[in-house]
Amino acid sequence: MKITRAQVEHVARLARLALADAELDALTDEMDAILGYVETLNSLDTDHIVPTSHAVPMENAFRDDTVRPSLGTMKAVQNAPAAAGGCFVVPKVIE
Amino acid sequence: MTSKYEVVIGLEVHVQLTTATKIFCNCSTAFGSEPNSQTCPVCLGLPGALPVLNRKVVEYAIRSGLATHCSIAPRSIFARKNYFYPDLPKGYQISQYELPICEHGRLDIETTDGGRKSIGITRIHMEEDAGKLLHEGDGSRVDLNRACTPLLEIVSEPDLRSSDEAIAYLKKLHQIVVYLGVCDGNLEEGSFRCDANVSIRPWGQKEFGTRAELKNINSFRFIKQAIDYEVERQAEILEDGGRIIQETRLFDTATGTTRSMRGKEEAHDYRYFPDPDLVPLVVSPEWVEQVRRGLPELPEAKVERLVREYGIPVYDAEVLSAERATADYYDALVALHGNGKTCANWVMGELQRALNDSGTAIADCPIPPAALAALLKRIDDGTLSGKLAKQVFDAMWQTGEEADIIIEQRGLKQVSDLGAIEPLIDQVLAANPDQVAEFRSGKDKLLGFFVGQVMKASKGKANPAALNELLVKKLKAD
Repeated sequence: MKITRAQVEHVARLARLALADAELDALTDEMDAILGYVETLNSLDTDHIVPTSHAVPMENAFRDDTVRPSLGTMKAVQNAPAAAGGCFVVPKVIE
Repeated sequence: MTSKYEVVIGLEVHVQLTTATKIFCNCSTAFGSEPNSQTCPVCLGLPGALPVLNRKVVEYAIRSGLATHCSIAPRSIFARKNYFYPDLPKGYQISQYELPICEHGRLDIETTDGGRKSIGITRIHMEEDAGKLLHEGDGSRVDLNRACTPLLEIVSEPDLRSSDEAIAYLKKLHQIVVYLGVCDGNLEEGSFRCDANVSIRPWGQKEFGTRAELKNINSFRFIKQAIDYEVERQAEILEDGGRIIQETRLFDTATGTTRSMRGKEEAHDYRYFPDPDLVPLVVSPEWVEQVRRGLPELPEAKVERLVREYGIPVYDAEVLSAERATADYYDALVALHGNGKTCANWVMGELQRALNDSGTAIADCPIPPAALAALLKRIDDGTLSGKLAKQVFDAMWQTGEEADIIIEQRGLKQVSDLGAIEPLIDQVLAANPDQVAEFRSGKDKLLGFFVGQVMKASKGKANPAALNELLVKKLKAD
């Protein structure tokens, strides 16, 4: 096995995913298969290959430091499930 | 108890950059605006928005790296740091992980015994700030104006060995980033924030002890308090045979203690990976050179130059160089006047006093260097005594008028004409026969009394040298 059920559980918890036992089993098998497939790379000599950090062969996309109009408070919060005083309102995060 | 243990401190400083716009979008970074008024799809983390790097942020990072003797990476990338918190709309923070823009630097600090010590800088990387949370009623309110504001995280090696060294390092770093113009240095507004990694170990032990991370403390005084408290706390645990737990602790300003911030431990599993939204950053040697040429003179170099060029004491040079604006004022003043020490005395004395009393920043000083230089020339040419010059200075500060106009209008010219001083001396001597007798029987100290009386009679305008000379002559003669 490339990945254990406990690791899948851990990653699911970090991603705030509530998974049923059956789902955990299925995902463990699937992720194991994916990792097994990716492992094919190990049969190649990659010693002199620079790690790929980006799929597009491109570098240095910049913008200038010039202020442009923002959305504004009204538009920013208009689709929020809850808003007050121009802020998004979320369940209390500290006691 | 703590003397049994060696203290080991590493600091992570978050420096908010003074760019006009955020790191990955064109929203303004201005402080104190209406909540969420400075947001757009990128900094709100809306689906489909594409972050694009602000070129100035890179320039400021290179500037900071060069000023702290870092090597600038020819190629660096951005990574996603994944965690959930309501002030982080995307569910990840864009930061740098494997390939930061600056590495292997150092900062030299002065230790309390007057020595010097080099503190290693592990890395400097660019990242976005999170938003702000306000806890009100039964909910938390989220303001994302600060989200995506550019930060540099400057990480030191665990080279610091006391809270005093930590403060010396922070003050030096603060001075440098403000000098560089990359940060406004405002601690209250959170422009310069510090996390401290603190551990202790028995003297002689090679391995580091388990560390506690003290979070987001926004004053130098609190940082010292937090570190000192934490060192005591850890020493007590070890003395009782306990074990230090690696954890994040919050400093409580009300009690001066630190307390555990439980529940954040698991979140340390950030699962960094390269951000596919951002292409690699390639910094050419030409770009680095261009930034290097644009670097301002830094405090250490400035102190050295002021001492060398103007012959002032190191102490004066350090006071004058503490802030770039003060040093610029002083440079301009000496260029116009010529005497380094005289200028230093006035900038550190009268000028600083007036600035402090009125709470004015030197950039808004109502007396520009040229006006102060003109005043000092009136001392040099004998028009004013030092004391009169201070009166003229105060009037200049109040009215904004030039020295010559005030001297003329208020008749503050120093009187050097002996013919005008002599009758005043005669008056004073005639009015104080007892003191004259005492002086003549050997009580030399009374000279000061006579000088004061005559000066008063002249309304402070008598030339002190001329007055002294004539007074002594008269007292000894009769």
